[in-house]
Amino acid sequence: MLGFKTHSGSAAILDRDHVDTDQIIPKQFLKKIDKAGYGEFLFFDWRYHSDGTENKDFELNSSEARKSSILITGKNFGCGSSREHAPWALKDYGFHVIIAESFGDIFFNNCVKNGILPIRLTKEEIRNLQSERAGNLVRALMIDLERQTVNNEKGEVFSFEFDPYWKKMLLNGWDEISITLQQEASIKKYEDERIVNG
Amino acid sequence: MSKTIIDKLWDRHIVAQEKNKPDLLYIDLHLIHEVTSPQAFAGLREKNRTVRRPDLCFATMDHNIPTIDRFNIKDETSRLQVQTLEKNCEEFGIQLEGLNSEQQGIVHVIGPDLGLTLPGKTIVCGDSHTSTHGAFGALSFGIGTSEVEHVLATQTLWQSKPKQMNVKIEGELGFGVTAKDVILWFIAKYGTNVGTGHIIEFSGSTVRNFSMEERMTLCNMSIEAGAKASVVSPDEVTFSYISGKRYAPKDQEFLESCKRWSELRSDENATFDQTIEIDAREIEPMVTWGTTPSMCLPISGVIPSDESSTSAEERQSLLNAHHYMGFKGNEKIEDISVQHVFIGSCTNSRLSDLLQASKVVEGKKVHPEVRAIVVPGSQAVKKEAEILGLHQIFLEAGFEWRESGCSMCLGMNDDIVPEGERCASTSNRNFAGRQGKGARTHLVSPIMAAAAALKGKFTDVRSILPKKEQEVDHYAGV
Repeated sequence: MLGFKTHSGSAAILDRDHVDTDQIIPKQFLKKIDKAGYGEFLFFDWRYHSDGTENKDFELNSSEARKSSILITGKNFGCGSSREHAPWALKDYGFHVIIAESFGDIFFNNCVKNGILPIRLTKEEIRNLQSERAGNLVRALMIDLERQTVNNEKGEVFSFEFDPYWKKMLLNGWDEISITLQQEASIKKYEDERIVNG
Repeated sequence: MSKTIIDKLWDRHIVAQEKNKPDLLYIDLHLIHEVTSPQAFAGLREKNRTVRRPDLCFATMDHNIPTIDRFNIKDETSRLQVQTLEKNCEEFGIQLEGLNSEQQGIVHVIGPDLGLTLPGKTIVCGDSHTSTHGAFGALSFGIGTSEVEHVLATQTLWQSKPKQMNVKIEGELGFGVTAKDVILWFIAKYGTNVGTGHIIEFSGSTVRNFSMEERMTLCNMSIEAGAKASVVSPDEVTFSYISGKRYAPKDQEFLESCKRWSELRSDENATFDQTIEIDAREIEPMVTWGTTPSMCLPISGVIPSDESSTSAEERQSLLNAHHYMGFKGNEKIEDISVQHVFIGSCTNSRLSDLLQASKVVEGKKVHPEVRAIVVPGSQAVKKEAEILGLHQIFLEAGFEWRESGCSMCLGMNDDIVPEGERCASTSNRNFAGRQGKGARTHLVSPIMAAAAALKGKFTDVRSILPKKEQEVDHYAGV
């Protein structure tokens, strides 16, 4: 697991609800057998026209949004398919934090496992967060996982909830499998008791 | 204390429990396919780890494989992915039902069909539609590739217990209304977020009267309602479905298992975080018109115009869907013509789905402007259907009869809907680009898909089949 403590950067605004993982990375890019290089295919059908030229109307193609490392979006972001290629692509493209009203369940977990911090804020908080908006960009956000806060340029602070266990794992960048392997005795005991009790 | 079936399933799988931590849950069955597993096996290799319980893993290939000329995978990257699965399964000692196997098929079709899916099990797979297996009273959910690696290495997962929702469906379904219509109706009414953070138990007389295949369709699409998983309490219908399946317990062991499985039901006074009650009589044959499964209407419906929106946000999402789907609003569902029909996917590619669709098309012809394909969920389903002569019915009507796989549900193989064209699809997702860039997907039941194939446009299947025949059909679960 990749660690995460704090992050400062600008946030691109993708003002859409129900962005599913098919949009984040379309199926034709799921055929690779490694984890690298998915960033160029992020939001592929939105970023590019059929002839391969760039779609100037797509939010993330604006000159300001290109400077971003944080994504601000609507509700139910990352719904649909379990493909972990979606967070691999977001990370490879350069996003470290995603702020949304809600997330698809599997996608949320997949982000955490890849050191992307998914932050849930209310619709109103997201709107307030964008008060310093310059076009399609919110400048200078500061995210602190330890304190569970998002600060904007005006000094406003937005707090978010985060599961304490996953927070600890992320802060320390611990390898989850190593941690679990320390439970070997409990796993073995569970298996043995199951055999006895049926 | 009274417990729900979800409590019972959860409690039985806790390996380690500590305050302020997720529970460490034991995983009884890990289903594996070619798309979400290569990086997990690579991760094991990198760290010099091994698969803890290869005997609890079961692999097949489904997403990528061609449905015509199946042994000849032309796409190089698809071929490499399939070969990588073969290599990984061999190296780590995992049973693989490959292209040559008569057990090959969509992972969520073969698990139940082979008796690997059993009540009381925890089942995971790197695929969101793992919720399908909940139909048996199993705790089953989709996971990402990191979690696939975690399960391979440890046979466990850290999980925080979700909230619980009881969706009670009571009453007899109307003529021509199927399990697919029930779940589409549910999502249309309550939205794609209704299940977020929850596991759903589907209960009530309608669900009890469903065959196992109908229950699988229902649970399959609970993920589209945002749920982590869904479950139906096992009963005699479940036990008789399992009886005699290849890997299911046999004889005395089966009887003892049934006794144990019978305890897996929600206690009478068990409480849920939320309960939704549904009257089955309200449900009609449904068709999605937009780009989420909640954009869905009865066959008699009219596509909403932007004037009907209650907020600017809703208006925008409606306009986006109109734009993608090629509508302006106010079009009647029954006036929408289709160029493609796909009967298949982990939602609706089982024998009863094909049987019901075949009854609609028998002795009739596919509309000349429609390309219609039937993709059985597994080699076994294909074989059984052929024994019943269903392939002849479909072929004579003008359908193509294909080999098993995920096919046009997501188009990772060659089965793609061209840009701007419409498909009546029995699959589970109508997201933009899902069946191909610019493809316009309309989700329907198998009998509604069959009706659309004949007419070249959406049609109320109830007008095609005589009532008597339809009633017999309704419980034609096999």
